[in-house]
Amino acid sequence: MCSLEKRGRLFILKLTGDGEHRLNPTLLDSLRSTINQIRPDPSSSQSVLITTSDGKFFSNGYDLALAETNPSLSVLMDSKLRSLVADLISLPMPTIAAVTGHASAAGCILAMSHDYVLMRRDRGFLYMSELDIELKVPAWFMALIRVKIGSPAARRDVMLTAAKVTAEMGVEMGIVDSAYDSAAETVEAAVRLGEEIIQRGGDGHVYGKMRETLLREVLVHTIGEDESGSSVMRNTGSKL
Amino acid sequence: MCTLEKRGDLFLLTLTGDGEHRFHPDTIATILSLLEQAKSQSKRGSILITTANGKFFSNGFDLAWAQTAGSITGAANRLHQMVESFKPVVVALLDLPMPTIAALNGHAAAAGLMLALSHDYVFMRKDRGVLYMSEVDIGLSMPDYFAALVRAKIGTSAARRELLLSGKKIRGEEAVGLGIVDSAAYDSEEGVVEASVRLGEKLAAKKWSGEVYASIRKSLYPELCGILGLEARVFSTPKL
Repeated sequence: MCSLEKRGRLFILKLTGDGEHRLNPTLLDSLRSTINQIRPDPSSSQSVLITTSDGKFFSNGYDLALAETNPSLSVLMDSKLRSLVADLISLPMPTIAAVTGHASAAGCILAMSHDYVLMRRDRGFLYMSELDIELKVPAWFMALIRVKIGSPAARRDVMLTAAKVTAEMGVEMGIVDSAYDSAAETVEAAVRLGEEIIQRGGDGHVYGKMRETLLREVLVHTIGEDESGSSVMRNTGSKL
Repeated sequence: MCTLEKRGDLFLLTLTGDGEHRFHPDTIATILSLLEQAKSQSKRGSILITTANGKFFSNGFDLAWAQTAGSITGAANRLHQMVESFKPVVVALLDLPMPTIAALNGHAAAAGLMLALSHDYVFMRKDRGVLYMSEVDIGLSMPDYFAALVRAKIGTSAARRELLLSGKKIRGEEAVGLGIVDSAAYDSEEGVVEASVRLGEKLAAKKWSGEVYASIRKSLYPELCGILGLEARVFSTPKL
């Protein structure tokens, strides 16, 4: 499902195995609980999280086949991803997505929920597929799209042409920070960037709080209305 | 005044004749009814292209008609009437269940430019035609939905300033640089229409659901939709 490695001060979260890493309830729970392990780690306020994956896919989105068998699972998966994204936004450390495979719909949202997006240029694309597969786009997805993609034309291209955005296109559109020649190089670059960030110093708790403020519009959507009916307590890990 | 033609998948809306294509309440009513016609005949793969004949795409509201009211209050009322009656045109375009392309054959000013910006894609000529928000020069106040449309479609504060506050007449190349239009590579009226048709055919081939398309489009512009009283409708049953 997913693994967590500590490399010096870096946390490397990996979506494991050769599948599509569909965001079903089990994987989402696993990701959340893994990230919650990071939070109380004593070095967390001077760390960086890198998220990457094995195989051809970063994540191909929600488990739609599962949702077809039981429509209430759509609501559950969406609610769990919202909580995961809220966790990432409040995480007291910078986050880097090392995108080494396709990221579609909810999978693309997961990648874009990171502060930096590094991506391989030789294969794979970011793809908001909803227009092509006639899937509803939650309002909170649109909030993230608006906050992470600055140009109205780029947003239109991503959402209204269901563009398959390669790393190079992503860099031009301002969605991807930098592009690399292979999966391995992408991860290496993420590690280098992570180490540079750690060198700069700074308090992750302050960073996390500032990120929450900056991405407030997304947070309001993710934790504001919880369709599953449960009220989710977010542990911000603040020292105050 | 204006015509709606069907050319295969394409609906071609043309503001006819050699004049300034000013928006008088009758013109606005005609445009609205033609848009309703296109909507009622729409199916998967439908596209709307809006263009005009002659030197002007449109020079905005019919201010001369407002002035023939014979008094300052009368003129203000007529202007207000045009501002209010044009809103449904913007709504109809945001709601239209098909991709929309404005092919600017010539000058687009004030409400004429707003008509253009209400489309998903805007093409203009390189050699002829300017974009001009005249309000600052003639001392007209800006309707709230005009400003919301500019904010929705034009991303940078410098571009918005150039367009709304400088009284500048913006030519094709600069309009592309400012992100106001998608392309200005065309040297003739035929050229700009052909380019629109080419893009239209490319988009038509995707055979997207018009309802899904319109829903995603509206969700790109929540502020504008809010001001216009437009709600994004929800749909379900995704294709897997």
